[in-house]
Amino acid sequence: MIYSAIVFLPGLGSLIVGLFGRALGVKASEFITTGFLIISCILSWIVFFRVGFAHETAHVAIQRWITSGELDISWALRVDTLTSVMFIVVTTVSSLVHVYSMGYMSEDPSRPRFFSYLSGFTFAMLMLVTSDNLVQLFFGWEGVGLFSYLLIGFWYQKPEANAAAIKAFVVNRVGDFGFALGIFGVFAIFRTVSFDQIFAAAPGVAGQSFMFLGHEVDILTTLCLLLFMGAMGKSAQFLLHTWLPDAMEGPTPVSALIHAATMVTAGVFMVARLSPLFDLAPDALAFVTLVGSFTAFFAATIAVVQNDIKRVIAYSTCSQLGYMFAACGIGAFSMGIFHLTCHAFFKSLLFLCAGSVKHAMHEEQDMRKMGGLAPKMRITWLMMIAGGLALSGFGIPHIGGFAGFYSKDAIIEASYAAGTPGQYAFWFLLIGAFLTAAYTWRLILMTFHGKPRMSDEAYAHVHESPPTMYVPLLILGLGAAFAGAIGIHTFIGEGANAFWAGAVVQKTEVELYHAMHHELPEWVHWSTFTAMAIGTFLPFLYYKLVPSLPAITAKVFYPIYAFLLNKWYIDELYDFIFVRPCFWIANFLWKVGDIGIINGLIDGTAATVYRITGRAVRLQTGYIYTYAFTMLVGLAILVTYFMFMGAR
Amino acid sequence: MEIGIGHYLTVAACLFTLGMLGIFLNRKNVIIILMSIELMLLAVNINLVAFSYFLGDIVGQVFTLFNLTVAAAEAAIGLAIVVVYFRNRGSIAVEDINMMKG
Amino acid sequence: MALTAGFFYLFSVLAVVAGVMVIVARNPVHAVLFLILAFFNAAGLFILLGAEFLAMLLVIVYVGAVAVLFLFVVMMLDVDFAELKAGFIKNAPIGLLVGGIVLGELILLFVGRGFGLGVEHSGTVGQIAAEGVSNTQALGQVLYTRYVFFFEVAGLILLVAMIGAIVLTLEHRVGVRRQSIAAQVARRPHQAVEVVKVASGESIVPASDRQS
Repeated sequence: MIYSAIVFLPGLGSLIVGLFGRALGVKASEFITTGFLIISCILSWIVFFRVGFAHETAHVAIQRWITSGELDISWALRVDTLTSVMFIVVTTVSSLVHVYSMGYMSEDPSRPRFFSYLSGFTFAMLMLVTSDNLVQLFFGWEGVGLFSYLLIGFWYQKPEANAAAIKAFVVNRVGDFGFALGIFGVFAIFRTVSFDQIFAAAPGVAGQSFMFLGHEVDILTTLCLLLFMGAMGKSAQFLLHTWLPDAMEGPTPVSALIHAATMVTAGVFMVARLSPLFDLAPDALAFVTLVGSFTAFFAATIAVVQNDIKRVIAYSTCSQLGYMFAACGIGAFSMGIFHLTCHAFFKSLLFLCAGSVKHAMHEEQDMRKMGGLAPKMRITWLMMIAGGLALSGFGIPHIGGFAGFYSKDAIIEASYAAGTPGQYAFWFLLIGAFLTAAYTWRLILMTFHGKPRMSDEAYAHVHESPPTMYVPLLILGLGAAFAGAIGIHTFIGEGANAFWAGAVVQKTEVELYHAMHHELPEWVHWSTFTAMAIGTFLPFLYYKLVPSLPAITAKVFYPIYAFLLNKWYIDELYDFIFVRPCFWIANFLWKVGDIGIINGLIDGTAATVYRITGRAVRLQTGYIYTYAFTMLVGLAILVTYFMFMGAR
Repeated sequence: MEIGIGHYLTVAACLFTLGMLGIFLNRKNVIIILMSIELMLLAVNINLVAFSYFLGDIVGQVFTLFNLTVAAAEAAIGLAIVVVYFRNRGSIAVEDINMMKG
Repeated sequence: MALTAGFFYLFSVLAVVAGVMVIVARNPVHAVLFLILAFFNAAGLFILLGAEFLAMLLVIVYVGAVAVLFLFVVMMLDVDFAELKAGFIKNAPIGLLVGGIVLGELILLFVGRGFGLGVEHSGTVGQIAAEGVSNTQALGQVLYTRYVFFFEVAGLILLVAMIGAIVLTLEHRVGVRRQSIAAQVARRPHQAVEVVKVASGESIVPASDRQS
């Protein structure tokens, strides 16, 4: 009962406000959706403690969906530790975003629609995390994709918003194609899509191969790779990442909810949920590690030079997701989930702070036009620093620190312990950590410190946000600061086995944890601290001490700067390879195929009929002698015929 | 030499063909067309009477009688139409009569 | 027999030539006259075939009535000679060709087959010769007994033709004052005469001109 309530209350709120929002009025819409969500959040925390510590897992069957031969899909809620962790992440962040939106969107004319979409999204995400089988997961997957499209394109009068929404949907679709193939493959091999049955049958299939696209390949590796393709799309990993920066066209609460805490983490959740499968496919895991660690590095390099405040945070999200995937890739699924949880708090905090800044700057997003905001926006400034400390992993080894310190550094050390070829993962992640600190402090310094780089009247307008906006910031700030310290021994390490109770595969993580704490060279422990320290110091040098340094560096290293500023030119590459040929083909099919051939056939038939009748009409001359002559000719032909053929 | 039915039929055939040619070779006026029709009817009558003679059956001549009647009636009506047409159109040249042009 | 043959050839040649002239003649009056010639020769052929009643009928009805009717119409209509160019245009060669083909085939048929009616049959003139009955009588015997309905119908056809011709060509001239005898005869005194009381010395204004 309580589980159904958690999942369906947001959906109910979304439906009510979506259908009757105009009749209910704006205030009622806001309170209904936010109220339902807060109830859902409270229930989630209760469930979290029940499942995590009292070990009361649950399986709630709701409704049978498809039964066809061997295929048996039902709507059911599967509640275990992984689910309960996601519950608290999703509902907490979502309810805080709802409250925040009441303030942020206060001047928007379509608020009921916005809140309906937010709640609807939450519902889809909750369906995703409680899914009992792959098809229900896919339903939730597509649902979040749909609501993401609707929310990114919320201000649909803006053409950029529409384009961004379409881009998000299409790029996701590319990943979903792989995902769907994966589901089909799973069904083909296991004859079932239900998680319990798959996990039970998986060991029996490990090491076997089958024919795929004409080649003999290992079953589990192929399936896991296909499923991971979906995760790459949803979580904006390298090659399918192009949609995430553009998704910043949507309102800032949307970015906080969807593109920081929930939807993009669906990919990580999926990999963790399928950990029994992935655990049996080490090649797939190696690919996951490669993609994850490279993305962590790649996105951080771009974030360092971006000038739009939301873009920096977006690329940061992309990078941190790479960390989570790298963790899953090396077998430490629980570390990945732990980082997911911590990241949800501090990343959404950063986004909401950015929203607060935007609100104060009257929708200005370019950091080059900001500066010196700290005295006027104390709370936002302090919360931004809290989030920044968490993100950059501020803390002292063996003593303590903010959330990111625990989760991110755990991953980096584990990657060293796991021993990828040439320690490439470790180095990518480490450099990524350095860059993370760098761009974080660059953002804070450019936005809040120094002399104001805007007009005086704009500066006069800068003010702190209303309570509906800064209270969520404070709550998230608490999480960003303390979640790591509180959660570290629950999520990972020796105490974690009881906590997870088999929700994710733990054995590799246990080995790694042991290695991390007993076999690692000391310098590895300090390497993360060093990276973070240098990364923190450099922005101070660049933006406080020697303000002319950024311009000089950009000029000297111009090719690298341009390369990074233009996002490694990947968008341009995709435009060249995929978008242009696609449009060319579409144009061709339209002009030549549709208008030319199909219309031509129809119009051509009509025109031919016209032409033929035009000529046939000339037989009717109106002169009697013509008709008589025709009769005579006919007569002659008949007589000749019968004379020579012989009339019967 | 003996005149057999073939001779009579040949004469009739000639007259019939002449009548037909008269219809569509003539461009002068409509009355020639009507006269060509009379020629054709005459040819048919010759045919009928010849058969009547050679088969020994009077029916042929009865038929010819009726044929004559109808030909007369038709000639009268045809000429009446020509007259009315001339009154309305002012010309009976065959080339001008093409109001039924498609 | 030779005489018969000679007359036959005379009549048939003249008929065919007349027929050609009908088509070819420039002057429509000439054309009608040649038509009359063709009828006469056909009548001669009829007599050779022992159908003298029909031959006379041809002369009286066809020539006397129909051809004369043609003449009337030809002369009544204002046919302009100057317009009548040589009527044969481009169609002539094809027309002649097709006509010639038809004629050739017909002749081939008639002469070639002959319908098994050769010379042997000539002479058997059926009921006519056998009973020594004239052609008129023979026709009458059959016409009013076995074919009486057709006879009545033929009468009706003539009636309809007459009515049709009148209906088509009758036109009331506008402005012509005609007598309507029936109206004149049916007039009553009160329509013709009006009694008016007149004071002496005053003028009379007729009722029709009076304005009240």
